[in-house]
Amino acid sequence: MEHIRTPKVENVRLVDRVSPKKAALGTLYLTATHVIFVENSPDTRKETWILHSQISTIEKQATTATGCPLLIRCKNFQIIQLIIPQERDCHDVYISLIRLARPVKYEELYCFSFNPMLDKEEREQGWVLINLSEEYKRMGLPNNYWQLSDVNREYRVCDSYPTELYVPKSATAHIIVGSSKFRSRRRFPVLSYYYKDNHASICRSSQPLSGFSARCLEDEQMLQAIRKANPGSDFVYVVDTRPKLNAMANRAAGKGYENEDNYSNIKFQFIGIENIHVMRNSLQKMLEVCELKSPSMSDFLWGLENSGWLRHIKAIMDAGIFIAKAVSEEGASVLVHCSDGWDRTAQVCSVASLLLDPHYRTLKGFMVLIEKDWISFGHKFNHRYGNLDGDPKEISPIIDQFIECVWQLMEQFPCAFEFNERFLIHIQHHIYSCQFGNFLCNSQKERRELKIQERTYSLWAHLWKNRADYLNPLFRADHSQTQGTLHLPTTPCNFMYKFWSGMYNRFEKGMQPRQSVTDYLMAVKEETQQLEEELEALEERLEKIQKVQLNCTKVKSKQSEPSKHSGFSTSDNSIANTPQDYSGNMKSFPSRSPSQGDEDSALILTQDNLKNSDPDLSANSDQESGVEDLSCRSPSGGEHAPSEDSGKDRDSDEAVFLTA
Amino acid sequence: PGECLHHSCSLNYALSTLDSITLMYPFFYRPMFEVIEDGWHSFLPEQEFELYSSASGEWRLSYVNKEFAVCPSYPPTVIVPKSIDDEALRKVATFRHGGRFPVLSYYHQKNGMVIMRSGQPLTGTNGRRCKEDEKLINATLRVGKRGYIIDTRSLNVAQQARAKGGGFEQEAHYPQWRRIHKSIERYHILQESLIKLVEACNDQTHNMDRWLSKLEASNWLTHIKEILTTACLAAQCIDREGASVLIHGTEGTDSTLQVTSLAQIILEPRSRTIRGFEALIEREWLQAGHPFQQRCAQSAYCNTKQKWEAPVFLLFLDCVWQILRQFPCSFEFNENFLIMLFEHAYASQFGTFLGNSESERCKLKLQQKTMSLWSWVNQPSELSKYTNPLFEANNLVIWPSVAPQSLPLWEGIFLRWNRSSKYLDEAYEEMVNIIEYNKELQAKVNILRRQLAELETEDGMQESP
Repeated sequence: MEHIRTPKVENVRLVDRVSPKKAALGTLYLTATHVIFVENSPDTRKETWILHSQISTIEKQATTATGCPLLIRCKNFQIIQLIIPQERDCHDVYISLIRLARPVKYEELYCFSFNPMLDKEEREQGWVLINLSEEYKRMGLPNNYWQLSDVNREYRVCDSYPTELYVPKSATAHIIVGSSKFRSRRRFPVLSYYYKDNHASICRSSQPLSGFSARCLEDEQMLQAIRKANPGSDFVYVVDTRPKLNAMANRAAGKGYENEDNYSNIKFQFIGIENIHVMRNSLQKMLEVCELKSPSMSDFLWGLENSGWLRHIKAIMDAGIFIAKAVSEEGASVLVHCSDGWDRTAQVCSVASLLLDPHYRTLKGFMVLIEKDWISFGHKFNHRYGNLDGDPKEISPIIDQFIECVWQLMEQFPCAFEFNERFLIHIQHHIYSCQFGNFLCNSQKERRELKIQERTYSLWAHLWKNRADYLNPLFRADHSQTQGTLHLPTTPCNFMYKFWSGMYNRFEKGMQPRQSVTDYLMAVKEETQQLEEELEALEERLEKIQKVQLNCTKVKSKQSEPSKHSGFSTSDNSIANTPQDYSGNMKSFPSRSPSQGDEDSALILTQDNLKNSDPDLSANSDQESGVEDLSCRSPSGGEHAPSEDSGKDRDSDEAVFLTA
Repeated sequence: PGECLHHSCSLNYALSTLDSITLMYPFFYRPMFEVIEDGWHSFLPEQEFELYSSASGEWRLSYVNKEFAVCPSYPPTVIVPKSIDDEALRKVATFRHGGRFPVLSYYHQKNGMVIMRSGQPLTGTNGRRCKEDEKLINATLRVGKRGYIIDTRSLNVAQQARAKGGGFEQEAHYPQWRRIHKSIERYHILQESLIKLVEACNDQTHNMDRWLSKLEASNWLTHIKEILTTACLAAQCIDREGASVLIHGTEGTDSTLQVTSLAQIILEPRSRTIRGFEALIEREWLQAGHPFQQRCAQSAYCNTKQKWEAPVFLLFLDCVWQILRQFPCSFEFNENFLIMLFEHAYASQFGTFLGNSESERCKLKLQQKTMSLWSWVNQPSELSKYTNPLFEANNLVIWPSVAPQSLPLWEGIFLRWNRSSKYLDEAYEEMVNIIEYNKELQAKVNILRRQLAELETEDGMQESP
């Protein structure tokens, strides 16, 4: 609270991103956890809630006649533009937010004050919903080849690894410790995924400290042990996910990559995924494109290409595909690493697992996958997503890229995933929101020390509770796409990778398809279920009546009303829909005040309220995904502009037409 | 090879001349199905006009072009303002490119505003004017109302057209009208765009970045965005501004029709049904004189520069697909319907898309000698392939987004042969199954309810005496 210089500023305007001339007047509040904007308009009193932890950058722009503009960019790709009448107020808000958006202690984060009204037991149950021990059991472990190792108990060998680790049976503690000393941050090779069908496995580690010539007997033995744990293959792939140049440069620092001559029976392979800095800049560039105001098609496509974002997505996918093929088709085990083995390695291992194992394409399985390959293996959530104030160079959208890879796969295999796009978007949101404890800190060790499970709630339980919102209606457990490995085409198909506007422009609702097939089909399925139940009841009653008919027993009909299609048809027909600015130049369009505008915006509200799927996104922290985004991003720009310039110099209007 | 090219040139030419049309497949095709409804008579102008019953106070059918003498590219029947007689229409025709005097394209029931289309006015360099033309156009305005003239050409292009005798409406002579210029490309520019796009889609060797640059360089999506934007603008004038619109480019047979027909898709729920969309194509493309024979002769793989070749109709279909993608539940037809139309526009066993105008089709006696596409498509067994299972009648105006982020490549048509659609087809099938199963249950439940109700009343009857 001591950081809030001014808790309330009145007469602030929230600028509509689509039609900047339209702005809502209201009051801005700063609280310990949120920035809240409440519109003055008495009928709506629309509220916009922004979590401090979602704030990525705050930019004070040059003061204009109307006031002092403040631009807030959020990590969930929302952009808020406020105009504050007084320079001094703007400065106070700016300084306060700068501090509030960069907490220095974990205790300042929202999850420590967030209270979803659950009792202790419910909270504890939430934390055990996703259980990695069970997951390893599901994989078929331990078995004759793999065993649970206690070598890392109390994090004695590697402080960024979990305590529960699976290693080849033949890897003794001596080998493990020896190997760990030869690996960056002592992240020795361990099992990430075991493919029951043919005993092949995906293992992960950091780079070896090989420099130009160093060797380590135990590390070599470790790789031998991994190979031996897969009797079906006489070699192991070692996949270095870095570009070769980067890996070579690391040798000068005493790190590097495996020399094929030193390790017997390995096949070494580079897969050029760029480092966190390249990825950070790439996203930055792509977001600049998304932010452009009425860009031309060329601006957009050029910008998208220039950002390189889809190229990076493809590189990650390619790596995952390579590994999945090696495992499923060649039956070979794969050791994956990058530099530290917690960014690219996490991406690639999880993409490969997702391709190989249908379980990870289910709701729970996907949570398990993130829990395993990202959370437990020490992906540095705190550093990468800037939860606490830290080195900005550590920030990078690594898990965002993984989430996008999943979306790209969902686009190609629409029936293969139990969850829908919304599920991915909400996970991304909560990785940054710090509303739940799951993604705090940089390692399991840190989380345990902070007693996260005792003090915060688990996102997984929350998502599971609301799972009805996240289901893909096309998913069927017995569908061919939900069986076995997903096979991607072997030919290079760049056009498979598409811009994900549902994520990066998710707050520009007007850009998204105005009717959701997913929601429609879910409504149909829901109705189907009711019909099934009713059918059963009807059959039962019919039978009964036929039986008792002889006795002339009267059965009074109390059956519910015929089920109505309107259940889902209404929501689809009340399309949130007003014209955009199609005239290109606002001025060029002479005026007449729109007559239907209000009625349509009412429709917008009702529809999106219905569709507001994540209760907590609307109730607590993140109003931005619910009602609010309508206020700031709804595409109702078109009719507004003309009315402002009404009557003004007709002649110049004409001139603009001519140049338009 | 040069000689070969020469031959193919002459072959192409031969194939696109009128005489040889009678040698084309539709004249030899013998249907193996029973014609339930003859498509040649499915969409008669009179019937279409009846739909605009409330328009009949201000508009009338004119048969001035009965012999195709006034305007060779118009159909015999057109809709014009009631107050303008045929004599005046003849005069106006001399002032409009290709004799294409302004006619009604769409009547907005909600507020009585209209879309009209025409050819460019032949003002020339010395600013020629035509009183009848001005009168006709003003006759479409209600008292105190203003209208918009949307010229699909940039101002620059429109000005250049004056040197060739064409031009645009001067404000001074049409004071109640406000002119807006957009720039929708024409002819070879569109054709080159298509060739480049198809080339990019077929080139599988390049990396991710080159794919995006090639997609960008093709400019295809730029054209899509421009056409859709113009159509939205026209629709906005009608529905939001309450103003009528006159649309033309140069000839009024290409970009004009893209805009008028897309505006109707946005404004008019009927044009989003199968039947309504067919009527729209019949009215706004075939009857309106889009020269299909010239435009859709070769498609993307022509090695010779075909002067008249241009994917105008394909761009239109692509735009419809874009709107369909944004409003997946508001169309009675699905993507396959659009793909089917694309295919038949370029190569077909049916006569529907033959010829460049109604007058050519008449001369070719297509109605007698060939089969109509609609006769085939409108059979229940065929229709089921093209019916969108998600369709729920939506009576609202639908405003699509024209942001680049909202306008992706139409993979269903451009990547059709370059990627397997197996998984997408399976998804579609799954979707159909979900909805079919629901309907099935609905039917079963209804039957049981009825049975139950009957039994219960029976019981009641037995009990009551």
